[in-house]
Amino acid sequence: MAQPHPLIDRLEAQATAVAATVARVTSLDEALAYVTTLCAEKAPCQQLRAGGESLPAGSGEPHKIIAAPGLPEAAVTALRQRAAPLGITVITDGLRRHLGGIDVAFTLADAGLAATGTLVLRCADEELRLATMIAETHVALLPASGIAADADALEPTLAAWMSQPGYTAFITGPSRTADIERVTALGVHGPLELHILIREDG
Amino acid sequence: MQDATSFKQYRRQVRRALDNTFQREALDRFAVAYRTGRANAFSGVDIPELVAAIAAAKDAALDHLEELFEEFKAYAEAAGAVVHLARTAEEACDIIAGIARDNDVKKVIKSKSMTAEEIRLNTRLEAEGLEVTESDLGEWIIQLRHEGPSHMVLPAIHLSRYQVRDLFTEVTGAEQSVDIQKLVKVARRELRPRYCEADMGISGANLAVAATGTLGIVTNEGNARLVTTLPRVHVALLGLDKLLPTLHDALRILKCLPRNATGQALTAYVTWITGAVPCATGPGGKKITHIVFLDNGRLAMAKDPQFKQVLRCIRCGACANVCPVYRLVGGHALGHIYIGAIGLVATYFFHGKDKAKNLVQNCLNCGACKAVCGAGIDLPSCIKEVQARIQDADGHPLYAATAGAILRNRKLFHTMLRTARRLQKPVTGGTPYLRHLPMFLMKGQEFRALPAIADRPFRDRWPDIRPQAEGRGRRVVLFAGCLQDFVYPEQLEAAVTVLAARGVDMDFPMEQSCCGLPLTMLGEKAACRDLAAHNIRAMADDDAPIVTLCASCGSFLKHGYQRLFAGDPAMAETVERFCHRVIDFSSYVHDVLGLTAADFAGPGRTVTYHAPCHLCRGLGVTEAPRALLGDAGLTYLPAEEEDVCCGFGGTFSMKFPELSQELLQKKLDHIAATGAAALATDCPGCIMQIRGGCEREGSTIAVRHVAEFLAERITPKKD
Repeated sequence: MAQPHPLIDRLEAQATAVAATVARVTSLDEALAYVTTLCAEKAPCQQLRAGGESLPAGSGEPHKIIAAPGLPEAAVTALRQRAAPLGITVITDGLRRHLGGIDVAFTLADAGLAATGTLVLRCADEELRLATMIAETHVALLPASGIAADADALEPTLAAWMSQPGYTAFITGPSRTADIERVTALGVHGPLELHILIREDG
Repeated sequence: MQDATSFKQYRRQVRRALDNTFQREALDRFAVAYRTGRANAFSGVDIPELVAAIAAAKDAALDHLEELFEEFKAYAEAAGAVVHLARTAEEACDIIAGIARDNDVKKVIKSKSMTAEEIRLNTRLEAEGLEVTESDLGEWIIQLRHEGPSHMVLPAIHLSRYQVRDLFTEVTGAEQSVDIQKLVKVARRELRPRYCEADMGISGANLAVAATGTLGIVTNEGNARLVTTLPRVHVALLGLDKLLPTLHDALRILKCLPRNATGQALTAYVTWITGAVPCATGPGGKKITHIVFLDNGRLAMAKDPQFKQVLRCIRCGACANVCPVYRLVGGHALGHIYIGAIGLVATYFFHGKDKAKNLVQNCLNCGACKAVCGAGIDLPSCIKEVQARIQDADGHPLYAATAGAILRNRKLFHTMLRTARRLQKPVTGGTPYLRHLPMFLMKGQEFRALPAIADRPFRDRWPDIRPQAEGRGRRVVLFAGCLQDFVYPEQLEAAVTVLAARGVDMDFPMEQSCCGLPLTMLGEKAACRDLAAHNIRAMADDDAPIVTLCASCGSFLKHGYQRLFAGDPAMAETVERFCHRVIDFSSYVHDVLGLTAADFAGPGRTVTYHAPCHLCRGLGVTEAPRALLGDAGLTYLPAEEEDVCCGFGGTFSMKFPELSQELLQKKLDHIAATGAAALATDCPGCIMQIRGGCEREGSTIAVRHVAEFLAERITPKKD
């Protein structure tokens, strides 16, 4: 993208307006540092009853969990190196064993929509879908080059993605509801917080 | 859920709803907040262009529903889903119950689906012994309370945090707080195991893209993502009307739906699913995916020229958000399952005329729904058409048939008005109001003073006051309408003064009669068409503008007549020519004559304005009257909600006096809050309502037609 900055600014403003947190990073390593620090500093995940005999709830052990499905192997290793000293476990699969909740999901976004502050995630992979729903905090790394002005600008790409079996998600801010007296409440079924880390090229 | 079997019972339900103070206040706050939220969300978007694009895309799709279904089915099945078409609600329930049986399903988790409400799916599945849990917070709340949604997007908007606290306390067996944030967390805690234990997830869908066999699901809570991810079976249920050719069409709707629904640029989640996706607990690691399209009358509707547009609906709920009646009584009294203006129409098609016959009468015809509709549906006309069809099927009520018979015959109608004038003496007590009407005639009407019939109708005064024709160019034909002809002739006289002062020649054809709108309001379509044809003949076939001071007459003559004769090619050209000539007084004086401040002199005064529904929305006129008031040297003090209906609605105020009264009271309060000494407006119906309310309150605010303010201030004829 020739001039990405207006789009970055717009995405940041729009995402912030819907209660997402936006930060800019210049490397994957910086993003990993952000994620581990955030996880270390957050209150431990409140385990929900997950129910189902064949689906035991999260073990409830006092360690924190970062799920990073779909992250390249080298990045997972780097994340584990940062996380381990802080008592944080990094998992990349088996999320059905943690349906009572995990602390943080770290994902790579496929695109962004500046006009609405939206992340676009291709998540046919069930682990990825689950991570982004059962984590209390979802942190997504979004390459600045992947930011489109709006869904219209991304239409041909989206249409191509949809032409094969798949599950594409537009995510705009954390899970929210206004079903009781129209008062906004965040984190009804999905994440309580959404962080977007925009990785600027160079 | 409105389920009255008689009009009397329905009115009792409406009165009960009016007594729900919490709901009234909640919907009042919502109505006001929605207006700002929507405007902000649409900033930078060309709304008419977007609405037109959606209407065009939906119309094109509706002409090819069966082909689109086949296309969708081919692509979705190639991607691993199974696609069904259910002809009826029962068939859809059968299919879904069958899928549950085939897959040994015990527990079901659902995300929000109005289509599932339409076919009463939960009732059926529960009868099959399945445990069904709604996961959308609002839907879960009303499921636990065993009631239906009161809004299509905010299903529990009628409930307070206290009611939810009590409900959650009962359900969890633990004392809960009234803190909404904490109540939401109760749902998070209680529903998580339900997702995990469910064998089947049922969702609706907002969009179905035929080109790729893709479903689009729009949610905020994210529950649809869990519903479509955790259980091994996913069933999506949606109406055939959700089919669109391409993603491009779907993105047009997505641009409008959240903005129009909740004032959000986009909802927190939009989920696009193509085919069967991986699922760890499914056979072979794949989800069992079924997509059930529901016909239930939609294919027939798509071929009905009048009602095809109803299937454009994107289910944003905006028509309820702006409906003055919804704001008073809420969705349980203004809908069977589908709610608001679209609900009045959809009920007839999906749930039958018995469920719709009372509901469709509860419409002011104020046009607020039509103006806000994201798909450009002419909702008021559809509502009136449903009413007419029900009456044609069930027989016309005596009062409606009688009105039709009388109004069809101008001489009879006018003779009756003149007779009424002679007979009213004992009840006016010499005042311009009906003071002592026998109680049986006044029942429920005490909230406003009703005007007396004038001593001399305008048509009798006309030969005396008709200005000498100057033959210098401009000429108009006056259309009076019943109220100004027989009750408020002084308003027309004021108009004559203004027009004569600028040398406009005028005609007043004596054969003109009622415009016919009251008959449409009563569902008397055939009688109305006769009356319209009579007026078209009466108003002379020339090019002179037809000027009216009544916004309701004006809007009906201009747009209603075209609808009445749609499908009558023999009349098309005549009607088109007639409608083209119709113009309201303020627009004629301001836009055509071009009067400015230089044309007026006279006393300054504070004045506020009421924008008649049929002027501001019906005719799209908003600037002319306000500009004229300023030009005439008046100080215009804007009131809150100037463009919200005063509650008159013609025969509506007779059928639902308790609603009319509440709307009038709001209007009077807003007017009083401006501190203005006078109120100007452009419609004798609004004047009758508002002046009647002021008189009853003992208010000193002078309620008058814009023409009357202008007549007092217009400078003498210039040569």
